[in-house]
Order: sequence, then structure tokens, then C-alpha cells
Amino acid sequence: MRTLNALRCGWLILLLLFAGNLWAQANLDVDTPAITALRSSMQKRFAELSPFYANGAIGLTRDGYIALREPNAVPLPQRQQVNGLVAAENQDRAALYKEISRANGHAEWENDIRTTFAQRWIDKAAGGWYYQNNAGAWTRK
Amino acid sequence: MRSVILMAGLGCALVQGCVTINIYFPAAAAEQAADKIIDEVWQLKNPASPAPKPQAK
Repeated sequence: MRTLNALRCGWLILLLLFAGNLWAQANLDVDTPAITALRSSMQKRFAELSPFYANGAIGLTRDGYIALREPNAVPLPQRQQVNGLVAAENQDRAALYKEISRANGHAEWENDIRTTFAQRWIDKAAGGWYYQNNAGAWTRK
Repeated sequence: MRSVILMAGLGCALVQGCVTINIYFPAAAAEQAADKIIDEVWQLKNPASPAPKPQAK
């Protein structure tokens, strides 16, 4: 009888552990004012960056940022401007990764967040865009 | 006796749950968050308007 009770208790504990894990995994807050501002800033910038993703001037790096991989694909008069856009985008991305980890109370998650984003940016990139593979080589999607 | 064991079990589960939250990086939640933000930044989904995607692949 006692063993049976212990067994039941054990199951209950396991169940609670599982539920606790699920709950912990369920949500990351990405709706703080700072994150919302970064999202809209990046969305606006995308309109300007979009043609340069498409023609391969810009590529997605394996560490969650973007880089001007083929400057010659940008007309000379625009090169300075595109450099500025890339730098601004990377600044926003760095701030985004940091802010998500901070807003969720785990500053130490910043690298994991960045790695997760790096993979998802590449997964969701349109066909024809360039990204860095695991070895760091530029690859056309 | 039974309730004592039960309470002890609940207590253990709660403490363990807190420790779990602190240690493990929630990979699935992070992926969901990333997808949500990327869809918005790259405008891959447009739930607000039923218009078709502006860019063709």
C-alpha cells in the first residue's frame, strides 16, 4: 500500500515537473517598448535593404547579423549609404538580442538568442539570397 | 501521512520547477519569438490585410 502511494506521488511529481517545463518554455516576452521600437525600425529599413539582399550585395552571417559581401553589386554612389544601412541594421540586431534576453530576466541568454535568430533568419530567407554556412562560406539559397 | 508526502512532493516539484526555469534556455520559445519578429521585419505574413505578398520569389 505504501509503495502504491509513493508511486502515485512520484507520478504526480513527474507530471508537475513536466507542466513546469512546458510553462517555462511557453513564452518569451518580445513586446516591451524597446523591442517594439527595434522591430519597427528594422521593418522600415528592410524596404531599403531588400534589393541588396536580392542581388547578393548583402548576406546573412552565421552569427545573426548581415554583411556587405559584394560591394561591387552596389552602384558606387549608393555604396556609402548601404554601408550605413548595414551598420545600423547590425546595431539594431545586437540591441534586439540583448533586449530580449534582458526583458526576460536572463541577460546570459543573449548568445543563445542570437544563435536562434541566426538560424531562423537563414531559414526564412528568400530564394537567391546569400547566407554564411556553418563553415563561414557564402552560399546562395 | 499521505498528505505530508503529497505536500513534500508538491514542494519538491515547485522548487525543481523554479530551478528548471533558471537553468535551461527555452529553445522552442526563442524560436517562436524569432519567427514572430522575423515575419514582421521581413513582412512574410500579413494578417492585417488579406493582400497577397508584395514580393514574388
